[in-house]
Amino acid sequence: MINVEAVYWLVGILFVAWASLIAADTNHPRRWGGSAFWGLLGLCFFYSTWVQAGTAPAWILGVAVLVLVVLASTGLLGNGKHRTSTGPEREAYAKRFGNKLFIPALTLPLVTVILVLVAPLLNIGGTPLLDPKNTTLVALAIGAVAAVVVALVILKPKNPATPIFESRRILESIGWAALLPQMLTTLGILFTKAGVGTAVGNLASGLLPKGSLIAGVLVYCIGMFLFTVLMGNGFAAFPIMTAAIGWPVLVQTFHGDPAIVFAIGMLAGFCGTLCTPMAANFNLVPSALLEMKNKYGVITAQVGTAIPLLAVNIALMYFLAFH
Amino acid sequence: MTDLTDAPAPTLKDPSRVPWEGIVMLVLIGVLLVIVGFAIRLNPLIVVTVAGIVTALLGGMNPAQILESFGTGFASSRSVTIFVAVLPVVGIIEFFGLQEQAKTLIGRLAKLTAGRVLIGYLAVRQITAAVGLTSIGGHAQTVRPLVFPMAEGAALRRYGHVPEKISEKIKGHAAGADNVGVFFGEDVFVAVGSILLITTFVDTTYHLHLEPLQLALWAIPTAIAAFLIHGFRLLRLDKQLDKEYREFELTAQKETAGEAK
Repeated sequence: MINVEAVYWLVGILFVAWASLIAADTNHPRRWGGSAFWGLLGLCFFYSTWVQAGTAPAWILGVAVLVLVVLASTGLLGNGKHRTSTGPEREAYAKRFGNKLFIPALTLPLVTVILVLVAPLLNIGGTPLLDPKNTTLVALAIGAVAAVVVALVILKPKNPATPIFESRRILESIGWAALLPQMLTTLGILFTKAGVGTAVGNLASGLLPKGSLIAGVLVYCIGMFLFTVLMGNGFAAFPIMTAAIGWPVLVQTFHGDPAIVFAIGMLAGFCGTLCTPMAANFNLVPSALLEMKNKYGVITAQVGTAIPLLAVNIALMYFLAFH
Repeated sequence: MTDLTDAPAPTLKDPSRVPWEGIVMLVLIGVLLVIVGFAIRLNPLIVVTVAGIVTALLGGMNPAQILESFGTGFASSRSVTIFVAVLPVVGIIEFFGLQEQAKTLIGRLAKLTAGRVLIGYLAVRQITAAVGLTSIGGHAQTVRPLVFPMAEGAALRRYGHVPEKISEKIKGHAAGADNVGVFFGEDVFVAVGSILLITTFVDTTYHLHLEPLQLALWAIPTAIAAFLIHGFRLLRLDKQLDKEYREFELTAQKETAGEAK
């Protein structure tokens, strides 16, 4: 079986490979800081396998993660001016290869989706071939490898390590933002353990005037929205807002249809995800990937949709869920 | 999205027990730190780490437990960093001019504008997500190599060249179309994390029996509204870009006129 841990090792190997390229790059402005950060990040991916299995102490990984944060936030990372093809060279290549360039780009989603769809059928003597709990992740990694192979076959670069060289360029432009989504998940866990959710739930139910349906709907939906903005995802907000208001007020007191109340409540939370830097993998990593000047530019583009959509959700819940 | 499905059901403290409130509310200082930190634009990594440590200390955890949490948090959240596995293929096809080719291809289609390219992508992303194919797109695999260059290519054909301000706006909306499409498409599909979270949480906590299909069905009105609102904004985006380009040309003319003096 191809386990999801194998995928994490692939990612770890990539980080270590990029780190060694940076270490070997004598022109890099922050050669040692950069290679230390990416190399240590790679090692953390390996070590995590044993932490997940419960066979290695987690605090060592915790120390390593804090070292990563220090390396990244003290400007030791730097961005090497890695030489890539120039504009005119790219134009010439584009003329030469034409639409063939799209084949590797389409191989990736195609292989991924096909693997996800046929995964239930793939097994060796009853053991599934792809980790059934993480089919998408495993399929994505296989798709990525397949796409690189296809690209090498079609484009025949002089150096077969071109994919690694060129991806280092993208990685360095993303920089420390690559670590942020995982740090935010950790923050979410710490918030939950420390009881932030309980506090917010108390606050929300304290704000609620008794006996008003529209107030209940407003506090539930806006609460889902705001709490999601704070936590970065609706999954953390849902149990708390539902325990505080969704269930006791909207379903028990006002006899709302639970399927409608909860489905739309969650979607009100998704509107919050569009507005928050805490959802770094959706909002900050893309602006880094696209090399935007304003790292909040993706959020700016989304707020104008999120707010009216929140209003629509409030109206839908109010008019559909209560008869 | 994230795997918080096994988050413990919260136990709400009785709000009437006033002495409790002070202690409970104290942990909100961590939330405040995050807001202030992001607002004054400190490095988000530092903000998040410091807020985490402060919250954990206020919540009564000792330093050893905090380090442990950072370790287990990292180990269990590695899935969000998997996008880097697609960078090698994106890197090599960009080296060989994929973005340029995408621009050329779009440049031939006279009727396409940046907004219309993005509406098309929004529709594809939302429909595929609604049938469970969320892995077909994404910021690293489709937005950077394909969607953004195509939208920019359409703008290039319209204006002759794309000033940075317009390029930034297109970048933001290219990523936005992906997010809106996937968020409000995937919830129409029954086997998605958020729906399963709702059913498992509600069924175990309140002893209801909700069918995932019912929840998916009630996600459809919002999905339609999301497409209409976002699609309308993307149509307007073309007009905004036109206006910004005219302003850009005016200032450029003024500058050259100024130099002539």
